[in-house]
Amino acid sequence: MTNIAVLVKQVPDTNARIVISDDRVDLSAVKMVMSPYDEFAVETALQHREASGGEVTAITVGGASADKVLKDAKAIGVDHIVRIDCDSYLDSNSLQSMISSVISEIGAEVVYCGKAAADTGAGSTGPGIAERLGWASVSNIISATFSDIISVVAPVQGGNARISVSLPAVISCDKGNVKVRKPNVKGIMQAKKAQVDVKSASPSSSSISIISHSLPPSKPAGKTYEGGAAAAEVAQLLRDEANVI
Amino acid sequence: MSQTIVIAEIAKGAIHPTTAELVTAANALGSAPIVIVPCTDSTIADAAGSIQGISKVIALKSDIFAEYDASGWATAIDAVAPSGIIITSANPQSKDLAARLAARRNISVVQDVVAIEGGNLVSPIYSGKAMQTVSLAGDAAVSVRANIFAASPQGASADVSVVDATGDMATAVEEFLARASTRLDVAEANIIISGGRGMGSPDNFSHLEKIADTIGAAVGASRAAVDTWEPISHAMQVGQTGKTVNPNLYIAVGISGAIQHLAGMRSSKYIVAINKDADAPIFQHADYGIVATWEEALPVLQASLSAMMN
Repeated sequence: MTNIAVLVKQVPDTNARIVISDDRVDLSAVKMVMSPYDEFAVETALQHREASGGEVTAITVGGASADKVLKDAKAIGVDHIVRIDCDSYLDSNSLQSMISSVISEIGAEVVYCGKAAADTGAGSTGPGIAERLGWASVSNIISATFSDIISVVAPVQGGNARISVSLPAVISCDKGNVKVRKPNVKGIMQAKKAQVDVKSASPSSSSISIISHSLPPSKPAGKTYEGGAAAAEVAQLLRDEANVI
Repeated sequence: MSQTIVIAEIAKGAIHPTTAELVTAANALGSAPIVIVPCTDSTIADAAGSIQGISKVIALKSDIFAEYDASGWATAIDAVAPSGIIITSANPQSKDLAARLAARRNISVVQDVVAIEGGNLVSPIYSGKAMQTVSLAGDAAVSVRANIFAASPQGASADVSVVDATGDMATAVEEFLARASTRLDVAEANIIISGGRGMGSPDNFSHLEKIADTIGAAVGASRAAVDTWEPISHAMQVGQTGKTVNPNLYIAVGISGAIQHLAGMRSSKYIVAINKDADAPIFQHADYGIVATWEEALPVLQASLSAMMN
């Protein structure tokens, strides 16, 4: 029996166009979804439960609108859903301290998360909470098998390796070979009725402040050619003008 | 001036050239950095001593640095690094280490920095669809993208001291797995040539591979190609749900330039687009655009590049 936690985050649909107004990203018109890599984390957590027994708790941080991502996780099959209530900007330090305190409170022995959230792309949360909890961590795994220890496949310099990890541990998931299960009707009905366990945690002081958001600088217009024969000229320019060949 | 600490980037048992870029970033953020070289053989650290603009080098020697273990590395490095701003490269392993070190010190981490403007840090968010500028008040860990900051020149001779480190590994490598492909990985390549669904079939990727072999490039793919064709593996996928890359040269062939794909490669230094549709969005991001089918353009490109390489 293993007490398993999985971290999920609500992010803008990856196909959405990002709009800036008043120096801040404006997400008011954007569809929010579970961060894609978190889907692999949920699937891996469920597979771990199937192998060892136990229960899976999905945890998110956000305001009430973030309940949707928890309901999505519930519909796929997690047992419990927890939201750490906070609607303001958190730097990595505050966010990780809040999540680690809730992980300790629920007594989880293993935490799964996506390798990075599709909004910040930072990938700091998994290793960061592992350090705060004094746990092992492996990042960017592409497959996992479960016994007393967890055996994962993860990238190392020059290729992949099979790595053994003893619990407690934090494991972040890349896309890999995992097929993600879809919610069934029963799951969706249960998710509708499920209660979100709302927890409060106080953020610690932050040493980072956001100055502004902006759109990436647009490149000056390039040169365009018609017809495949131009590839010869482009090859020359790559060497003589761009110096990249 | 804040103390800065650069964690040297090691690849194939030597100091990676990116380390000199980290030194430039460190000088933009504070004083001349201390460079820490995690190593099993301290002689490799001598190369770091020749980078201009550093204060000293610490060769941090231990068997635990033979394979990456987040917990063991963070413990060992934390023990010798003074407080200050810690700077690492922004590859997946170094970002992981930056996050661990920051958490260990109860300080914040800023990942994937691509510019330093008046002490503020700029990094892409939403996979480069927007940029975020943050200010730092106090110590932090900062990872810096490769190929953006100019490398600090060689020619110095800073002090190199050797420190024996201790640390416990929390994970163990059981076995190294043979790569499905012997090709260069897109995440490690300076040049990438990628194919999209416009390639027509996965077999046609052999034309991209031929060019890749000629110029030492990796072969990438769009999500559409990966989702459509079984033989095109996710490891090749460039884009928001694949790898984010910023090589010196990115050649996109038969890729329309979906927002998802652009997010993963728009920071490449030079972009070449080959597409038969003149209205494809990829052309708006290309330095050199060729409106043609790949069947027309690739043989010419292949022949020209081959001639240059000989």
